[in-house]
Amino acid sequence: MGPGVDGNQGLAATLWRRPRLQLSLLLAGPVGWLLIAYLGSLAVLFLASLWQLDDFSGEIVHKYGFQNFKELIETPVYRQIVLRTVLIAALVTLADIVLAFPIAFYMAKVASPRVRALLVVAVLMPLWSSYLVKVYTWRIMLAHDGIVNWALDPIGLSGPGFGNVATWLVFSYLWLPFMVLPIYAGLERIPNSMLDASWDLGGRPWMTFRRVVLPLAMPAVVAGSIFTFSLTLGDYIAPTLVSSTQFIGNVVYSNVGIANNLPLAAAFATVPVAIMLVYLLIARRVGAFESL
Amino acid sequence: MHVSPGMRWMLRIGTAVALAFIYIPLIVIAIYAFNQSRSQAWPVDGLTLDWFDKALHNPGVREAFWTSVKAGLGATAVALLLGTLASIAVSRYRFFGRDTISFLIILPLALPGIVTGMALNATFTQVLGVDLSLFTVIVGHATFCIVVVFNNAVARLRRSGTSLEEASMDLGANSWTTFRFVTFPTLRTALVAGGLLAFALSLDEIIVTTFTIGQEQTLPIWIFTNYARPNQLPVVNVVGLMLILLSIIPVYLANRLSQDPVGTRAGPAPAGGAAAAAH
Repeated sequence: MGPGVDGNQGLAATLWRRPRLQLSLLLAGPVGWLLIAYLGSLAVLFLASLWQLDDFSGEIVHKYGFQNFKELIETPVYRQIVLRTVLIAALVTLADIVLAFPIAFYMAKVASPRVRALLVVAVLMPLWSSYLVKVYTWRIMLAHDGIVNWALDPIGLSGPGFGNVATWLVFSYLWLPFMVLPIYAGLERIPNSMLDASWDLGGRPWMTFRRVVLPLAMPAVVAGSIFTFSLTLGDYIAPTLVSSTQFIGNVVYSNVGIANNLPLAAAFATVPVAIMLVYLLIARRVGAFESL
Repeated sequence: MHVSPGMRWMLRIGTAVALAFIYIPLIVIAIYAFNQSRSQAWPVDGLTLDWFDKALHNPGVREAFWTSVKAGLGATAVALLLGTLASIAVSRYRFFGRDTISFLIILPLALPGIVTGMALNATFTQVLGVDLSLFTVIVGHATFCIVVVFNNAVARLRRSGTSLEEASMDLGANSWTTFRFVTFPTLRTALVAGGLLAFALSLDEIIVTTFTIGQEQTLPIWIFTNYARPNQLPVVNVVGLMLILLSIIPVYLANRLSQDPVGTRAGPAPAGGAAAAAH
């Protein structure tokens, strides 16, 4: 037995005797990474949002003050952009709830196990893939000579073209699977007996839905809305491709790139963080985290 | 459970509407990839394979493809290592702050990608003075990929329980031997699934990438810089279809691998569920 093996045995024995040491070794890598690379960066982001640009040279000056946030609040255009982003995020969430409920309910309560498994995969696969390609496809589809106008033309209608409606549509499309899966999981946990009881007591479908299903599925809906809301708040790709209006993400993007005002971009990037933190606190209160 | 026939039909229609909404654009882009004409008008004129040939021989596309693969492999490797360590710590030990660690791992996905991207960009360029490159992209991607591996591994460790590991320890194996011969084999398919998902997630990411990349281009960035050039659109369509296949296939495989081998119920999406694809 060589010394190396001996050393190994000794190390293993020490680790066995000291589970705390074992735990520290396990956690050092992941926690170190997240603390330094992630939380550290977030801290830098907050600091950077307090920096400013030198008026003459355009260089970043590491002096601290709230002037970026003041600019954000006092400039009407910026206020409008924040409001527009939050409003569209709310409308997207609403559209996705309406679209997600029937398919989620069908998956959870009506479909056979085989069909259910197929539907889970069918919803899950696009959730993970080709985000940019999907936005790009909608750009082609919504274009003047695209498939949307082609399909609506025979019934005398035309598509929304590019703009806020298109952005809302594309966001609702992109995040739909993020809403279906939590609601499906939430509905699956509701015992069938409860729905039957409501039925037996004379609750018509709409009444059963409103008084039994919806309250019990609420945490799952909130869990889904975390995604639909958060993802919309930070996106600039969809607004760029299917509209010419600005969203929070566009301001961050253009200030890091072309305008080269990193402090203002950082200040704008803290807006979704603030909104999401409030949202997450509310979500925790309604028990949405168990449904994630 | 009682569902009236009318209700059943309404649910079927609702399901069909949602599925059509999800899949029609994917089918449309697949058709456009074969579109003969340079024009993007619908309906397409005729079908051809020419653009595939052009795309495969386009130096920009080829370079972007390899950049994407390198970024994906790097991020997946880091995520596999850190995600596995964290999953064992969280599911096999009780300690103060355990829930905080789970929360910390999920956070990069719960917050919008632009926040992660902007934060890393400010840190690299302003504090560390590091030039943006493929390396900084890997750091960014790994940060949000850890959760994917973590979720898969934790789910598997919870399901498999601790009795086999205890038996191994009782029979005199030390913790390393136990990990190698008991814990790791149990985890293996979950880790492959998590790795595939992490890779797919990285391959497809654009927002964090935009903020952390230097001169290189990944496939999504290549599309984003070319979508407005009418001449390039046929090639963009082909690259789009390639990207769909490159990310859908790993997701499909991952989903098969992480299926519960015992239970027959599909369960709520074992592959991390919705909690893991925000970018």
